[in-house]
Amino acid sequence: MGLGRFFRRAKWDRERLEEIESHVQIETDENIARGMPHGEARAAARRKLGNSTLIREEIYTMNTIAFLDTLARDLRYGLRMLRHNPVFTAAALLTIAIGIGANTAVFSVVNSVLLKPLPYPKSEQLVSLRQVAPGAAGLASFADGLLLSPSMYFTYAEHNRTFQTLGVWTNGSANVTGLAEPEQVRTVAVSDGVLQVLGVPPVAGRWLSAADQAPRGRETVMLSYGYWQRRFGGDRSVIGRNISVDSRPREIVGVMPQGFRLVNAEFDLIVPLAFDRGKLILAGFGFQGIARLKPGVAIAQANADMQRMVSVWMDSWSNGPGTDPRIYETWKITPAIRPLKQEVVGNVNDVLWVVMATIGLVMLIACANVTNLLLVRAEARQQEFAVRAALGAGRGRIVRELLLESSLIGLMGGVLGLGLAHEGLRLLVAIGPANLPRLSEISMDAWTLGFTLALSLVSGLLFGLIPALKYAGPRIAIVLRSAGRTSSVSRERHRARNVLVVAQVALALVLMVSAGLMIRTFQALRTVEPGFTQAEHLQTMRSSIPESLIAKPEQVIRTQNSILERLAVIPGVSSVGFASEMPMEGFGSMWDCIFAEDKTYPANEIPPLRFFKYVSPEFFHAAGTRIVAGREITWTEIYGLRPVVMLSENLARELWGTPSAAVGKRIREFPSMPWSEVIGVIQDVRENGVQERAPEIVYWPPMMNNLFGPSSLGAIRTVTFVVRSDRAGTESFLNQVQQAVWSVNSNLPVASVRTMQEVYGESLARTSFTLVMLGIAGGMALVLGIIGIYGVISYAVSQRTREIGIRLALGAQQSELRRMFVRYGLVLAGIGVVVGLGAAVVLMRLMKSLLFGISPLDPLTYAAVPLILVMAAVLASYLPARRASAVDPVEALKAE
Amino acid sequence: MLVLQTLVLGPAHGHTIAHAIEHGSEEVLQIEHGSLYPALHRLEDRGWIASFWGTSDNNRKARYYRLTQAGRKQLIAQTTRWDQMVRAIGRILKPASE
Repeated sequence: MGLGRFFRRAKWDRERLEEIESHVQIETDENIARGMPHGEARAAARRKLGNSTLIREEIYTMNTIAFLDTLARDLRYGLRMLRHNPVFTAAALLTIAIGIGANTAVFSVVNSVLLKPLPYPKSEQLVSLRQVAPGAAGLASFADGLLLSPSMYFTYAEHNRTFQTLGVWTNGSANVTGLAEPEQVRTVAVSDGVLQVLGVPPVAGRWLSAADQAPRGRETVMLSYGYWQRRFGGDRSVIGRNISVDSRPREIVGVMPQGFRLVNAEFDLIVPLAFDRGKLILAGFGFQGIARLKPGVAIAQANADMQRMVSVWMDSWSNGPGTDPRIYETWKITPAIRPLKQEVVGNVNDVLWVVMATIGLVMLIACANVTNLLLVRAEARQQEFAVRAALGAGRGRIVRELLLESSLIGLMGGVLGLGLAHEGLRLLVAIGPANLPRLSEISMDAWTLGFTLALSLVSGLLFGLIPALKYAGPRIAIVLRSAGRTSSVSRERHRARNVLVVAQVALALVLMVSAGLMIRTFQALRTVEPGFTQAEHLQTMRSSIPESLIAKPEQVIRTQNSILERLAVIPGVSSVGFASEMPMEGFGSMWDCIFAEDKTYPANEIPPLRFFKYVSPEFFHAAGTRIVAGREITWTEIYGLRPVVMLSENLARELWGTPSAAVGKRIREFPSMPWSEVIGVIQDVRENGVQERAPEIVYWPPMMNNLFGPSSLGAIRTVTFVVRSDRAGTESFLNQVQQAVWSVNSNLPVASVRTMQEVYGESLARTSFTLVMLGIAGGMALVLGIIGIYGVISYAVSQRTREIGIRLALGAQQSELRRMFVRYGLVLAGIGVVVGLGAAVVLMRLMKSLLFGISPLDPLTYAAVPLILVMAAVLASYLPARRASAVDPVEALKAE
Repeated sequence: MLVLQTLVLGPAHGHTIAHAIEHGSEEVLQIEHGSLYPALHRLEDRGWIASFWGTSDNNRKARYYRLTQAGRKQLIAQTTRWDQMVRAIGRILKPASE
């Protein structure tokens, strides 16, 4: 049956009408010819023809697609029904729109962050060259595993059989001078191969080439699109010009396109690493490795290939005369290559799936609520259905019409939901949770639209199916007979609604437990001592003094010292200091093993690696880190290059049992270095974030004779200044801080200006993001659950008005009646709570990785949440119950 | 089949067809004229007959039907099958006469 005929069926019908008319005419003519009177002739002709309308109908249905035809009619009918019940429609639409909106928004995030491929060509071939070293004790505190050393890079690049190309990179910062104010910019330093691996062509100029990597060649640089626009207004003639990076001229050779990120690093400049092969040793594990696999190579093969090359690496390089390269065998260096996407997405994976799951549960609750609404309405429309069934409407027809109506609600809710999701995403990107990777890529694409459409239809059918099946049945006689009677409704008819409410309460309980666990996690995190105090009064900023600006180490320290003096005299400042980095800042850390004078170390075994930091005098005082034993370093000791050192409390305890026992002991980093005396033991600091254990730390002076190896006098050139003041974070204060730095040296840029509170907040960002999302989901679930209970109880009350009237007339107490309905609500809630608790115990194990300091079976949460739910249930059933007791028996019985 | 047969002689309109069938069968087959039209429609639908508007003998506008090539083939096929069936039924009913 063609669609064309379907649409032409009206014209066909007209033709038939004419044809039949002509038939009658001819017959009449003949009858008249036979001598019949005119009127009789026509009547006889008609009789002979039969029922002309029936004939037309028969032909008409031959031409039509009955399904489509009635569908259009049902659709119109459905829309009319929705329009005529604005309150019902609004309630249902709003519930569904919020549910679908939340789901669509979260799905867009999941889709953009977790599902979509990375924005590089053939990104499925890209891997991150991670390796772990389980034998290197102490390394566990570094989240990145064992990074690659330059010598590893050369070995892997030259001996591999499984990669097309590979490269190493690291991020940092540099000072750009000579353009406007001196500016500290974000840089990534790349080896040859990194840009080739990613395969994104530049928008102007060319990539850094192998020639740019020559250690004493021409110095070159590439710009990010943003920096190019910001500093040069997108001028193409910058290619070939020089800019001054860390006071050295570098030629601009190219610009990368908009939105290009190096793995997860945002940057302003790309500079070549330019390793000097002749000077490389085994060590120097400070670089991230990325590679592009050859087509068809699996990660396991690449791992095996790299494992083989670790041995080649140990044979090809050395750490200098008298050292044994095989010492790294004790580290058990093991490749742990993983897809680059996993590297970019990081640990946000768990969070997003948990949020997606909870939002999905909210959707279920919303569906249950709308189902309930539809059930109530279907109940009210029973008469209508019965009449229609009596008039010949088939069961299928009524089911279809109900489903159509619910699908309409679903689809309209979906459209509204899309709007909500769109706004929600804009808000999310604007807030920009710092720990959410690929934030700029978040958008709604065809997949999201498909997801929303599917969700709308499925939920529409889901909440339409139950009422449709329940009420479309052939029960004409029963319904029509009982029409107008207000007898009490049998329990059986409430069953569907009761089950739904129980399910709602159970789901709400699961969600609230998850939200509760997150609240408890957050509380636990807040009670952790991070190792600094009153973070909101701690102003931090980072500054760097390049060698090209000030060459001599002592001059560097003098400059930093003067900056501290200027900062200290700003009004409202109570103390100042600096360190190579602040806790939780996440800059590339320095680390090595140390040897204590009074311990013996077996040969061929490397003691645990320790985290190294370099601090100024008064730094701990300014940061609010407690001195557990001994004292802080002094300027005299720094300038005098005195061999002194401070240790973290956990390190002191590990080596000598108590903090006070450590004071006066001596340690060193390598044999040719003089012993350094421990002068102070410092409170443990959560360097890697509140959730991570505090690492063992060695605090060295910022200028040492052996800073970067034997007898090389050096100073820490990039440091974070910390200023304690009530005025931290205010505009005027920041100005004064910057002026203080520039008054010492106007070429010094200031970067990462923020309060410690912001740094601290970022380290809690994952938890607080999860908390907020689960909190919203839990709140929605609670409200929907309460509405569900309220709806069922008030419906029960309205259905049982007559029974209530009789009871009152027979002398039932009002309070007794109230209790009856409240008890009804409580039973429902109680069953829901029990079911929900069972589900929560099972499901919460999945959240374990997000929790901190509490068990997934935290007793407080499991006690409080059911209590809240039950109280809410009492309230939700008390309100309609009060209405029940207010029934006037006379009125109720008269209404019959 | 009967409709198709009446059209072998040339195009005709519904009224003529109805009467032709009645008269041709010596009034044995009395059909309700109305039921003819759905049948005509179905045949046209299958492409066995085609229709056009014309004028009847007594100057009335009427819809004429004519046999198409496919209809002719169909008629032959159906007639053959009918003949076979009649013969077969005949043989079963009157085996002695053979």
